[in-house]
Amino acid sequence: MSPIKVLLVDDEEELVSTLAERLALRGIHADWTTRPEDALRRLEVCKYDVAVLDVKIPRMNGIELKKEMEKKCAHTKFIFLTGHGSEQDFREGSQEAGPEFYLVKPVNIEDLMEKINQLLGR
Amino acid sequence: MDTKCGILGQTGLQFFGRITASISHEIKNVLAVLNENAGLLQDVVLMAEKGIPLNPERLKGVAGTMGKQIQRADGIVENMNRFAHAVDENTKEIDIHETLSLLLGLTRRFADMRGVTLSPAYGNSGKFLTSNPFFLENLLWCFLDFAMGATGEDRELTIATEENEHAIRICFEGLKGLAEKDAGAFPSERESALMKALDADFTMEPVRSRIVVALPKKGFR
Repeated sequence: MSPIKVLLVDDEEELVSTLAERLALRGIHADWTTRPEDALRRLEVCKYDVAVLDVKIPRMNGIELKKEMEKKCAHTKFIFLTGHGSEQDFREGSQEAGPEFYLVKPVNIEDLMEKINQLLGR
Repeated sequence: MDTKCGILGQTGLQFFGRITASISHEIKNVLAVLNENAGLLQDVVLMAEKGIPLNPERLKGVAGTMGKQIQRADGIVENMNRFAHAVDENTKEIDIHETLSLLLGLTRRFADMRGVTLSPAYGNSGKFLTSNPFFLENLLWCFLDFAMGATGEDRELTIATEENEHAIRICFEGLKGLAEKDAGAFPSERESALMKALDADFTMEPVRSRIVVALPKKGFR
């Protein structure tokens, strides 16, 4: 079975880079970026199984980014992260990804692993 | 809430809510970074127990990141504390540069989300006025919020100050998109109520791509 490919997008560089490192230790091929436009460029060279997106990203929010990513790569599944946990964020994020795939920071990595596997039916 | 006090109270609560929500988001982000780095330490210890050697350089990097995040959180909490104490006194002598620096710190995340660079262009020396600290911060926030939406394609907002015998003027410059903004939309009722309470005045200068708010040195009664 080929390794799961995950793209992490969050404007907190030290969060996504460390999260990617920890996912890699668990056998996942994890790339990361802090810029939504870079996330869209990456889709042209790599098909990701799962994208983990912050709901609030500068210049383009996570919901808008998901819609743009879906146009480029229809098979990618999504998990949303939020630092806010506001009701509005929950409504938006859970509507797009499903309430079970909307995680509030700080995230437990084993929960994230479980959600990734659940999305991919593994 | 259709009285002057009602508008000021409602506006003040909205301002307080937006700033504290933003602070909570920033603190959440710091906690998330700390959480991942603490988790990474656990991961490498587990690996070491299985015979994979520890990498001291990587451990130093993790410690450095955690130290930086703790300093960042300290700055956020310091700003939050100063912001919360703005309601302690009805009237006091205020260094406008300190107030602007606090506001820029509190609103940097809003600017980041909008892709706007905030550039303070005032010196270190103080410019002082007597006013109500909370209403003043609220008014300046309203101007900042409006100005961030009027920066046009350059997305750079410069904040400068000028002073004469009676007033301090705060200039929000670089507003290349000011001409396209709806001239009637600003100031709204909330900014008008705040300016009235502080005896402040403002000018919109599309030709110079700036708006200026003038605050009297003895402004709040």
